[in-house]
Amino acid sequence: MLELSHVNMKFGGVNALSDMTFHVPERSLTGIIGPNGAGKTTIFNIISGVYTPTSGNIYFQGSDITPLRAYQIIRLGIARTFQNLRLFTRSSVLENVMTAAQNRYISSFREEIFSGSVTQTHSPDPSCWYNFWESCFHLGRWGKTERKLRETSLELLDRVGLADRADQAAGTLPYGMQRRLEIARALALSPKLLMLDEPAAGMNPEEVFELNDLITGIHRDFNLTILVIEHHMDLIMKICPHIICLNFGAKLAEGSGEEIQNNPEVLTAYLGSDEEGE
Amino acid sequence: MKRNIILILIGLCLAFWPMGGYQEGIVILMCINCIAAMGVSILTGFTGIFTLGHAAYMALGAYTTAILTVRYGVHWFPAIIAGGLMAVLLAWLIGVPTLKLTGDYYAIASIGLGEAIRLILENWQSFTRGARGFPGIDPYTTRSTAVVIFVFLMIITFNFLQSRLGRELKASRDDATAASLMGFNTPRTRMKALVISAFFCGIAGSLLGGYMSFIQPSMFDMMKSTELTAVVVFGGLGSMSGTILGSAAITLIMEYFRDISQYRMLIYGLLLVIIMVFRPEGLLGSNEVWDLWGFLKKWRRKKNA
Repeated sequence: MLELSHVNMKFGGVNALSDMTFHVPERSLTGIIGPNGAGKTTIFNIISGVYTPTSGNIYFQGSDITPLRAYQIIRLGIARTFQNLRLFTRSSVLENVMTAAQNRYISSFREEIFSGSVTQTHSPDPSCWYNFWESCFHLGRWGKTERKLRETSLELLDRVGLADRADQAAGTLPYGMQRRLEIARALALSPKLLMLDEPAAGMNPEEVFELNDLITGIHRDFNLTILVIEHHMDLIMKICPHIICLNFGAKLAEGSGEEIQNNPEVLTAYLGSDEEGE
Repeated sequence: MKRNIILILIGLCLAFWPMGGYQEGIVILMCINCIAAMGVSILTGFTGIFTLGHAAYMALGAYTTAILTVRYGVHWFPAIIAGGLMAVLLAWLIGVPTLKLTGDYYAIASIGLGEAIRLILENWQSFTRGARGFPGIDPYTTRSTAVVIFVFLMIITFNFLQSRLGRELKASRDDATAASLMGFNTPRTRMKALVISAFFCGIAGSLLGGYMSFIQPSMFDMMKSTELTAVVVFGGLGSMSGTILGSAAITLIMEYFRDISQYRMLIYGLLLVIIMVFRPEGLLGSNEVWDLWGFLKKWRRKKNA
């Protein structure tokens, strides 16, 4: 579904990512781990179009998305959350989710009559769309669409356990709830690929346990492919059947949790080698 | 819906309540200032782009309408719309190079824009009569015209802030990166906000021309631009009703002190300082008037419990 091929990212003289190549299969739940500064968030920033890679290509569902801008990539069905929360803090919790829900896009395949080639086009979901004049006068599709957006958003909030906080300003929520709101907001885009950037950062063990269920739950129910960056090893080992381990911008190892845990290179990267210590 | 009816009722009162010529003038001025302030509020309060040159759009609107009505005999109503559209055109030309970037680039560019437009109007003698001003404009801005246009624009503004577009603007204000990762083309979002706000200011300028029946470039200087932004900050960034209330209040206060007009700016400055010290978020913060109704209810329930 998602494929990175020989991606390099340089910031000035620093190689944040070098020759990164991996493949995320459809419907998988993949974890990315690595020590601080290994380039995990850079991978997300490159996939979601915040940065354009120095070289290499990224393919999503077979098409090259490397040159696309962030908002275009989102419209293809890739949504993400942020390590350092980026909510719309002054809007209400409900509005945060509605802001994302109004941007649903539908991809359809169109066959060119003459060349016979199939191109994928993306158009706004007509059920959450209305034009400028309808917003100015609250006429036409406005009422129906707003009601629908509100309903779908409330359902998502209910799913992450924030329905009773819907009217509160997003910036006033406790930290763990803000993280869950970010997940709800990303889900509101009805993505095909969801990227979670350290969803458990700053959570206590109980909250991490709940998050466990939430992630596996949405993976099951929303027909999603999920990519998770995480520091909590127990979380990642428990929920991700497939793990990629990074160090210094390069892929160190890839495989199941057990394989990763027993890989000597990974152990060296995390714990330091014996020779170095002496 | 309830809100629109209340607004229309207030509008009807303002438009048809019998009052003297002086009071009528104040109502017209209030409407004009509120329209301009709403425009700036859309850009500064709801999209988070500071501007120090919106008087330029007012000037353009005023001169377009004046020249169309006086020289070409166009009816005042299409001329006002044309004034608004000219401002939109200018905003688009300025927005293309400056709004691609986030940050204060537009604020800096807008200072230059404001001065440039004023200087062009001052020096293009053959067309605008320069610094002598442009006299003989038909006084088409009656009290009812001003109030009807004001209420109409106010209803539209409140409506679109509660819709897709409003959420889009607020999202790009709160966090531009997150907004673009929610699928918004943020430079375009900023452009939409600028264009709408320029249209409002253009209309306000046109109405001002029709009220004064004389316009001159020095009416639209840096001072005027700063005043517009100051009113929005005074009313509360991110509060449209706060902006309108603040703008109306400042117009009234300034009128009240007309007798001691040499101290007017002193009082104006003092007022802003007091607000910024005691309520840095502005009159209403980022709440609307009807939000306060909800707070009051909650507070009462708490008190009773």
